[in-house]
Amino acid sequence: MTIAVIQFGGSNCDRDSVQALASLGFDAELVWHEDGLPEDVDGVVLPGGFSYGDYLRAGAMAARSPIMAEVREAASEGTPVLGICNGAQIGCESSLTPGAFTTNESARFQCEHVHLRVENANTPWTSQYDEGEVVELPIAHGEGRYEISDDRLDELEAEDRILFKYCDENGEVTPEANPNGSKHSVAGVTGENDHVAVMMPHPERATLSDLGRTDGQGVLTGFAE
Amino acid sequence: MTAFTATVTVRLKRGVLDPEAETTQRSLERLGFELNDLRSADVFELDLDADSAEDAADRAEEMAERLLANPTIHDYDIEVTETE
Repeated sequence: MTIAVIQFGGSNCDRDSVQALASLGFDAELVWHEDGLPEDVDGVVLPGGFSYGDYLRAGAMAARSPIMAEVREAASEGTPVLGICNGAQIGCESSLTPGAFTTNESARFQCEHVHLRVENANTPWTSQYDEGEVVELPIAHGEGRYEISDDRLDELEAEDRILFKYCDENGEVTPEANPNGSKHSVAGVTGENDHVAVMMPHPERATLSDLGRTDGQGVLTGFAE
Repeated sequence: MTAFTATVTVRLKRGVLDPEAETTQRSLERLGFELNDLRSADVFELDLDADSAEDAADRAEEMAERLLANPTIHDYDIEVTETE
């Protein structure tokens, strides 16, 4: 089980992801985007960071790099793909997942812990949790506001494609508990199939027990499903 | 072939929140200016050689579709002029 963590110029959560995956027993390796996707990978992580300095729009440049065509092809053949933070922006920019992550309602970079409610526990990324369970993960982004047309979002809700919503510590989804103004408080969504997913919060930063909470382990464990 | 400049203006769709524009408007108001609304947009000027203005516009449109705009949140328009 080899998981490729794709490094773009400006990625900065790539090594954290490898370390977190390794702690869960995965064989994870860094793959520089220009080297292309190795043939035998069993999973792909698009890590957080500031690829290409967020030029144009966060994730826009990386989404159009040649390796992403390979990632889309692998995804269409069933390889699990998880985009985290900047990787989530890249995932949406490259049409792996619907919608867009854009400037926070506050117009500021926000680095804080948030509570998330598990909306659908029947995906590889959430099967370790119960539906409605509240987990705590860190966010660190300036462009994390989930934006999509109302009609499309209703479809995604009906198709059970929302992974997590921002909520308060009791699991209530309220405007006050929505850190960035995301529509319907969406923090993560799946692609056409649920083996492809993106999320703004950082599960890899809440996986090693040395760093405190380990609520993110369940997400990364999804690669074993 | 003629030299054209295609100007692509990319705007947020109506109804999509623009926190940077809101912050800019507040800042102008703090400076004492009065205004009802402020919208921001990105403008790209593309110099290219093409057989006709239509051809130049088509190519600029493809660039907008593929990279310059994100259709989920943006509208765009294109103006083509012969480069002086």
